[in-house]
Amino acid sequence: MHIINLVFKNTFRHKLRTSLTILGIVIVILAFGLLRTVVSAWYAGVESSSASRLVTRNSISLVFPLPLSYREKIRQIHGVKLVSYGNWFGGNYIDEKNFFANFAVEPASYLELYPEYILPSNQRAAFLRDRKAAIAGQKLAIKYGWRIGDTITLKGTIFPGNWEFVLRGIYRGKDKSTDETQFFFHWNYLNESLKKTMSLRADQPGFYLVGVSNPNLAEEVAVALDKTFKNSLAETLTETEKAFQLSFVSMSEAIVVAIQLVSFVVIVIIMAVLANTMAMTARERIGEYAVLKTLGFGGWHIAALIFGESLFISMIGCTFGIAFTFPIAKVFGDTMGTYFPVFNVATKTIYLDAAVSLFVGAVAAVIPTWRAIKIRIADGLRRIG
Amino acid sequence: MEYKTPLVKIKNLCKSYRRGSQIIPVLENITFDIEDGEFLALMGPSGSGKSTLLNLIAGIDTFDSGIINVGGVDIATLSETELAQWRSTNVGFIFQFYNLIPVLTAFGNVELPLLLTRLSRKERREHVETALRIVNLSDRMNHYPGQLSGGQQQRVAIARAVVTDPTIIVADEPTGDLDRISAKEVLELMDRLNVEFGKTIIMVTHDPHAAEKARTIKHLEKGILNAHNQSRL
Repeated sequence: MHIINLVFKNTFRHKLRTSLTILGIVIVILAFGLLRTVVSAWYAGVESSSASRLVTRNSISLVFPLPLSYREKIRQIHGVKLVSYGNWFGGNYIDEKNFFANFAVEPASYLELYPEYILPSNQRAAFLRDRKAAIAGQKLAIKYGWRIGDTITLKGTIFPGNWEFVLRGIYRGKDKSTDETQFFFHWNYLNESLKKTMSLRADQPGFYLVGVSNPNLAEEVAVALDKTFKNSLAETLTETEKAFQLSFVSMSEAIVVAIQLVSFVVIVIIMAVLANTMAMTARERIGEYAVLKTLGFGGWHIAALIFGESLFISMIGCTFGIAFTFPIAKVFGDTMGTYFPVFNVATKTIYLDAAVSLFVGAVAAVIPTWRAIKIRIADGLRRIG
Repeated sequence: MEYKTPLVKIKNLCKSYRRGSQIIPVLENITFDIEDGEFLALMGPSGSGKSTLLNLIAGIDTFDSGIINVGGVDIATLSETELAQWRSTNVGFIFQFYNLIPVLTAFGNVELPLLLTRLSRKERREHVETALRIVNLSDRMNHYPGQLSGGQQQRVAIARAVVTDPTIIVADEPTGDLDRISAKEVLELMDRLNVEFGKTIIMVTHDPHAAEKARTIKHLEKGILNAHNQSRL
């Protein structure tokens, strides 16, 4: 019989109270884990950004395009290894509910710039060969049941009309942080069509993607690039891919901050719940603690009993909370795939769950322990009977 | 009559409680000795200070002035930690309401004080089994307090009190919550501990029948030791 054994037995003396407290912790850990994952998902694009990629856009706004002629000029800048370009297409599949990211890109250079999109060589060749070809991420293809060779029609919103593509490849991400819900097709297909229907909008990519030979040169190249087009009709703004992605996230920063705040508020709530449980427990057992002190057990033993029980309850809740986080995050991720293409429970979130549970367990035990230790034995014994 | 050395020396002991700004004296200038191997009953009406005196001798409460010396140790000089350590080896406690830990079996309850010793698990088991044999509860060692009668629970508490072979055993109304038959059993057991094992016992009781088992009876009234103390030997 050891103190640990006593802690274990004490924990389940009030099965209903302990179970409800554990249930509360499970729900909170689950909520905390999901909210943290939502925040991570928000930053997924930022996290997966490469340090050797730059994004060049019109300095006025992303809405304004840039001349295609810039491609050669950019290529000549010292430190530039590769140049690709594209347009946000913004098409809907069948109807508006089926929204996903779709881009018209210069395929060969784009795939070279994004080695994290893994495409089988035969599919890659087929994609490059066919002007009407498109590729889709694995998750997107699964969601809509697309197979290689299927014809997919997107309804253009920025570029009106029905646009037909033949699915020539399905890429998968190099790792979990790679977005597998995007759709890419040939920029030339878009451009040629525009030349026929809206010639004023032709030969104008929405952005350039620039691969630098050395990530250390990124800033230097960005400055040189923008300098090249200074005082032109379409001045550029070049930033690292990370900064570019961050600029999108910052637009919704208030929401992210709110989510983070809520995730910590739920922790404070459960801390109060567990503290209440431990306070009730310690108050009920004050006589027993007095008996233990009478027998010669010191303050440290009493503290070990109360802290042990509090931590035990919080860690049981944490374990179940973490265990449930994964399947629920999967369901959540599948449901919200359009908004959160990368929705993975990060290892850091699990560590944070465990740290939060330890913290909650420890803090909840402080006051009950202090009271139990401070009470005089004679007063404690008087509470019995 | 055989001369015995005093095990407990109490001199000019004073204790008072504070209630708001009011100071209530509980014990006033108590002086007496308790000999080694004595079975002493402390009697007196409610509020006379007998339980307080017992708590002071057992080192679970503090006093205002005076001296309590148990086995050569002036307990007023001990720090809280030293006092806890001293209690674990020198004092066995028997309470009115048994005060067993409900989630532990009889074995677990008796083993509790031994967890503070350096005994091995095997040695602890031997000690616990011996203590439970003395109180005639070997067959109930795996029972939880809730599965035992009041008398059996009190016998488990007695086993817990003697398992460390303490210098003194203090008992606060040990039969106060028991029926007559169980009370008799418990008193006989305490008598046996005193006679057979030479344990020094200090018992607080209201019950004159219980006090009859003691060798010496001391009366407290309003915190003062009554001059008419009986020695039954």
